[in-house]
Amino acid sequence: MTGEDDLWPLVTGFLGISLLSVGGGIAVLPEMHRLVVESHGWMDGLAFAKRYALAQAAPGPNIMVVGLIGWHVAGAIGMVSAMLAMCGPTSLLAYAFARLRRRVAGARWMRVFERGMVPIAIGLIAASGLLLASGAAEGWLPVAISAGSTLFVWRTRRSPLWVLAVGAVLGALFLH
Amino acid sequence: MSERPSRTALFLGYLQIGLTSFGGVNAWARRFFVEKKGWLTEQEYAEVLGIGQVLPGPNALNTAIGIGTYFHGATGAIVCALGLFTGPMVLLAAVASLYDTYGQLPLVRAILTGIAAAAAGMVMGTAVKMVTKLRPSRTLLCIGLAAFTLAALKVRMPYVLLMLAPLGLIAAWRELDR
Repeated sequence: MTGEDDLWPLVTGFLGISLLSVGGGIAVLPEMHRLVVESHGWMDGLAFAKRYALAQAAPGPNIMVVGLIGWHVAGAIGMVSAMLAMCGPTSLLAYAFARLRRRVAGARWMRVFERGMVPIAIGLIAASGLLLASGAAEGWLPVAISAGSTLFVWRTRRSPLWVLAVGAVLGALFLH
Repeated sequence: MSERPSRTALFLGYLQIGLTSFGGVNAWARRFFVEKKGWLTEQEYAEVLGIGQVLPGPNALNTAIGIGTYFHGATGAIVCALGLFTGPMVLLAAVASLYDTYGQLPLVRAILTGIAAAAAGMVMGTAVKMVTKLRPSRTLLCIGLAAFTLAALKVRMPYVLLMLAPLGLIAAWRELDR
């Protein structure tokens, strides 16, 4: 059963999860699954997986999966409340840190922190690309598209929308 | 920083990023701020992104708040966050029901797979480009490769950060001494 009664557990559930989400919203996907599928039975595992796939396939932050879950549980108000619960407190923290960073700009310990996180940031981007590629790798063609797109984006300054369009066309022609 | 973007420019920028960012926001935000507009250097963007990733919360949003605050304080943070979510929120509300009905049609699935494969390449190409432009020391490169390997092996993110953040801090500390 879904509706207004579920709004409160939805909000408190995502509030709790958001504080664990060090490393990004998708780091807590297993906790979301536990909340949505196992604890409250708001949807089954397949419906959960489909919403996650949609949030991945659509443009925008992958954390939109939380909005989709909220929508399913309590409509538009559910979408907005779940997103606010997931993003509100951590946004305040990010803002507080950004303010601190401006205030102490140039301080040695802050320089160390900023520089020290850069390699991790890039390593995580590369890994998210690889995981996305392996999820799409149904046969040799998607692998070739990923490899070609990597080269295109690395070596040129043209808009990556070109490779997305080519990927869509090749997919439509050869992948079904 | 070549110029300081207005709040409107930041909002419109993030609106555009939100609506085009297949495969995740970070690679697209980098393209917009560093390559297209030149409002941030490669190093500046990488630093905001790194902070956005170690703080809890969606890292694309943390990064947007970091960038907004950097240029315009609280109002900058708000316009960047709103810009980032407005487009995808409307889009997803519209397509969520369609996707349940049509998302598994063979043609739709094939197109989505082709786009996902291309978007994956976009994300990997961005990482390679950042490395080639930033020219990190060998130590930092090794830490980056370790982060890549652990995350690719699906080690849980808090553990990856707990293991590697101290190494990153030590390496950055030693390099600042030189």
